[in-house]
Amino acid sequence: MQKFSGFELFRRALGGHKSWQPQWRNPEPKAEYDVVIVGAGGHGLACAYYLAKEHGITNVAVIERGWLGGGNTGRNTTIVRSNYLFDESAALYEHAVKLWEGLSQDLNYNVMYSARGVLMLAHNHHDEISFKRHVHANRLNGVDNEWLNAEQVKEFCPPLNIKSMRYPIIGGALQRRGGTARHDAVAWGFARAADSRGVDIIQNCEVKGIRRGPDGAVEGVETSRGFIRAKKVGVSAAGHTSVVMAMAGLRMPLESYPLQALVSEPVKPAFPTVVMSNTIHAYISQSDKGEMVIGAGTDAYTSYSQRGALHIAAHTLDAICELVPQFRRLRMLRNWGGIVDVTPDRSPIIAKTPVPGLYVNCGWGTGGFKATPGSGHVFAHTIARDAPHAINAPFTLERFRDGFLIDEAAAAAVAH
Amino acid sequence: MLIITCPWCGARPETEFRYGGEAHIARPADPSALTDQEWADFLYNRTNPKGLHAERWRHIHGCGRYFNALRDTVSDFLVTTYKAGEPRPENSRPDVEGSGR
Repeated sequence: MQKFSGFELFRRALGGHKSWQPQWRNPEPKAEYDVVIVGAGGHGLACAYYLAKEHGITNVAVIERGWLGGGNTGRNTTIVRSNYLFDESAALYEHAVKLWEGLSQDLNYNVMYSARGVLMLAHNHHDEISFKRHVHANRLNGVDNEWLNAEQVKEFCPPLNIKSMRYPIIGGALQRRGGTARHDAVAWGFARAADSRGVDIIQNCEVKGIRRGPDGAVEGVETSRGFIRAKKVGVSAAGHTSVVMAMAGLRMPLESYPLQALVSEPVKPAFPTVVMSNTIHAYISQSDKGEMVIGAGTDAYTSYSQRGALHIAAHTLDAICELVPQFRRLRMLRNWGGIVDVTPDRSPIIAKTPVPGLYVNCGWGTGGFKATPGSGHVFAHTIARDAPHAINAPFTLERFRDGFLIDEAAAAAVAH
Repeated sequence: MLIITCPWCGARPETEFRYGGEAHIARPADPSALTDQEWADFLYNRTNPKGLHAERWRHIHGCGRYFNALRDTVSDFLVTTYKAGEPRPENSRPDVEGSGR
């Protein structure tokens, strides 16, 4: 792997930048691997990277139906935060935030993690008491979060309109270590780092089936490029998890919904932080390119269409125009949808399955990007040791059978 | 936005309706006889198909009644709607399934 540094950039500039190599190989699939990861998004690539780095398992293939980072990794709104209510969630997301903080150095790739703060707005008394409860619960778990009154909110984020609106802002919960990262760079950085440790990333290779032996254990995956033998298969397929797991005969507690996002035309720096409002249903941040990145909740019905209804996006923009009146004059440049797999309790599943050798990392719903490094890290541990890491031990498939739900559906207080 | 044909009221815009999830999941007659796994299957596990999906809708800003629909989850094309209690109909538009994939 060619190391990236200021010196290298200067040195290769003298040669007209002609000596840079591709950042990862494009190998043909081998007949057999120790581990096959299905899905080359951020989570799958992170898992492969940590399998190689932390567990010394380098005979790994990441197979991807399309191109790497082309699914939800390239479709999300890049928000990073860890201010979840329950202990299990706080531990999982905080693990990820800690990895985010050193990720660019670890990968030798600038993932542009920017701790610009995540501010969740309160518009009514219920929001206020709910967020204050979050602040206290977070601080007990070592997660930074603080309550700001309306004037402090205005001071922290001056473009916000706090008074002359239907639901005035009465305060907000601010996690200063939250922020954004560059979504594509996360996929590319993990891909490059995993590839340099020997992981094969095989794109344009669709999984057609999961082959199981007479004892029920996984033997490998049937793909559009032939059978690939592997004793361990990790599924990290986001919105298509139900489809892939059905190939192994498993029904999942998942439903796939379109989640829309949109960006404005790029403008000069005008919005300093990430602002989320659950009550009036919108969130917004400004990318380093200058676009306002806007999103909200999912569409109403399950779908794999990767597009949503206009009235959902229009409703989101109504809220943005209330929150930041100056943005009424912004034109929207693009909007799109991604397919998110939602669990009944809105918490992910990172676990072994009833099928020996088959592991699953799914159910991230509308908020998987923020967890990318942490999720890959604990999923790699689960696959390598055939046992969960302490952090993902509660996030089993069996929690739905046994009644140990991690019910962030009601607790997150935000369309996360 | 979908145009959904309520079996009682006719074609109306999607905003008049609320989605009700997968159809034809009957509540077990004797819940206490079920194992925990069977109960979890009833409560939580879903088919979530990529293709034709039988699903419930409720006409909340209309007649208020639940009905079922058959929709292709790849193209979002609504093949047909039918009244609650009726069996899942045959796919009358086999050309539709998987279109736009």
